[in-house]
Amino acid sequence: MPQTSAASPSASGSPIVALRDVGKSFANGVVALDRLDLDVHPGEFVSLVGPSGCGKSTALRIIAGLSAPSRGTVEWADDGEAGPRRIGFVFQEPTLMPWATVADNVRLPFKLKGATATAQPRVEAALARVGLSDFADSYPRELSGGMKMRTSIARALVTEPKLLLMDEPFAALDEITRFRLNNDLLGLWQSLGKTVVFVTHSVFESVYLSQRIVVMTPRPGRIFTELVVDASYPRDERFRTSAEYAGYCRQASEALSSAMISGADEA
Amino acid sequence: MSAPPPRIDEAPARIERPLDRPLRVLLPIAVLALGLILWEGVVRLYGIPPYVLPSPGLVLSTLVSDWGVLLSSLVVTLVTTLEGFALAVIGGVGLAVLFNQSRLIEYSLYPYAVILQVTPIVAIAPLLLIYLPQQLAVLACAWIVAFFPVLANTTLGLNSVDHNLSDLFRLYGATRGQVLWELKLKAALPYILAGLKIAGGLSLIGAVVAEIAAGSAGSGSGLAYRIMESAYRLNIPRMFAALFLLSVSGIVIFFTLSFLSHLLLRRWHESAVAREV
Repeated sequence: MPQTSAASPSASGSPIVALRDVGKSFANGVVALDRLDLDVHPGEFVSLVGPSGCGKSTALRIIAGLSAPSRGTVEWADDGEAGPRRIGFVFQEPTLMPWATVADNVRLPFKLKGATATAQPRVEAALARVGLSDFADSYPRELSGGMKMRTSIARALVTEPKLLLMDEPFAALDEITRFRLNNDLLGLWQSLGKTVVFVTHSVFESVYLSQRIVVMTPRPGRIFTELVVDASYPRDERFRTSAEYAGYCRQASEALSSAMISGADEA
Repeated sequence: MSAPPPRIDEAPARIERPLDRPLRVLLPIAVLALGLILWEGVVRLYGIPPYVLPSPGLVLSTLVSDWGVLLSSLVVTLVTTLEGFALAVIGGVGLAVLFNQSRLIEYSLYPYAVILQVTPIVAIAPLLLIYLPQQLAVLACAWIVAFFPVLANTTLGLNSVDHNLSDLFRLYGATRGQVLWELKLKAALPYILAGLKIAGGLSLIGAVVAEIAAGSAGSGSGLAYRIMESAYRLNIPRMFAALFLLSVSGIVIFFTLSFLSHLLLRRWHESAVAREV
C-alpha cells in the first residue's frame, strides 16, 4: 500500500501542541471540559468528534488562545518563532466582514499587522488555491455558501500558519458542496503540509478526512477513545463508497454510541 | 358561488411589476394636483377671504413676491438645522464610542442622555432662551432633539458585532483602535446611518421649536419666526409660503440622507441591495 505523501507523516515525534489535563468550567457552572489530554503531531489531520455540547469547540478555542483553560496547560513545541503563534482558524460560519470584498477579507490578517504592502501576492495566491481568483472584488453577499467558506479558508491559510483549526466548518452546507469542500480541503492539506485539527459532529466526515479520530464523551467532555483511520491518501469518491470506509464509519459510530452511554452513566 | 381558493403561486410578498416605478412617481403627483385643484376650487366657489384660507395660487405668488424675506429666513433656519445636525452626529457617535470603550462613563452619563431625550423640547426651549444667547439656544435645541437617535442607534450598532469576527480580530492580535475602527464602527455603519436619517428631520424640528419659543419672546429671524410674525399680522398667505419652505427643507434633508445611506451601503448591506425576484 502506498504510504501517505510526505506532507502527511505518521503521527510520531514531538507534538506541535499538547493539551495536558485541561479542564474548562464556565461561570454558570457548566463544566465543558474535564481532564483532556490531547497531542497534535506535526502534519497530521486529526478530528474531534462528539455529541453537541461535549466541549470539542471549547477545546479548539483553548488551543487557539481564544479561551483560557480553567485548569491544565497548553504546551507548544518551541519552533523558535517570536510573536504570537501562527494559527489559522475557520469558524462554523464563514465569519466574513460583509462590508469588505473577498480580497479585503483575505487581506485582513496582514492589515491588522500593518503589513499590507507585501500582502498582495500572498492574497492572490491564497485566493487561487481555493479557486476564487475571479471573485476577488465580489462582496460576501454575492457569494454562495460554499464560496463564502472557501474565502474563510483562504483567509485562514494566507498567513501560512502551521496549524489550521476548523470548527465544524462545513456543517451548514449542503451535502454536494460539503463533499466538494472535503476533497478540496484534503488537497490543500496534502499540498501545503499543514497540521489540521478538525471539529465535527459527523462520523462520516471525520472518517473521510482524518488520519486519527478523537471521540469525546458528552458534558463534561473528555476523550473516550481514539481511532486511527489507516487508509491511504489521496482519498476520493471511490474511498467514500468503499467497504473500508464503511467499516471505519461503523467503528467510529459504535465508539460514539459507547461514548454517549458512558457519558450518560456519569451524568 | 364561493370565491376560488387563493393560489399558492401568488406570492404574498410585494413584487415589483414593470409599471411600479412610474406609478410610484406619478400617483403622488396626481394626488397633489387633485388636492390643489380642489383647494383652489373651494376657495373660489365659497369666496373664502385670504386671511382665512389663501388659495394655492396666492401662496405661490406670495412665495415669489416675498422671496427676499423668506429666503433669508430659510437660510437662517437651515444653517441652524445643519449645525445642530452636525453637532448631533459628532456628539451622538462620539458619546456612543466613549460609552462603548468605558463602561464607567456609560453608567455615569447614559441616564442623563435619556432624561434629555424624554423631557419635551418645547418645555426646555424657553429656559434655554433665558440662559443662552438666542442663536446658541436655538442651536442647542436642535442638538438636544437630534443627538439621541444617533447615540442610541450607534450604541446598538457597536454592540451588535459578530462575536466570531471579534474572536478573529483577537486571534490576529488587533489593537483596541483597530477593533473600534476596522470592526465595530464598520459593523455599526448601517445603524448609524439609520440614526442620521431620523436625526436630520429632528434637528429641523428642534430648530423650529426653538425659533417659535424665541419668536413668542419677540425676536428671531428664522422661518418659524416668520410664521409666528405672519400669524400676528394675519398674513396667512406668507404663513403658508413659509410652511411650504419648511416642508420642502424636511423632504430634501430626508432624501439627501437616504441617498447617502444608499451610496455607502449599496454594495454590501441587505437593506440597500436591489433584489431580483
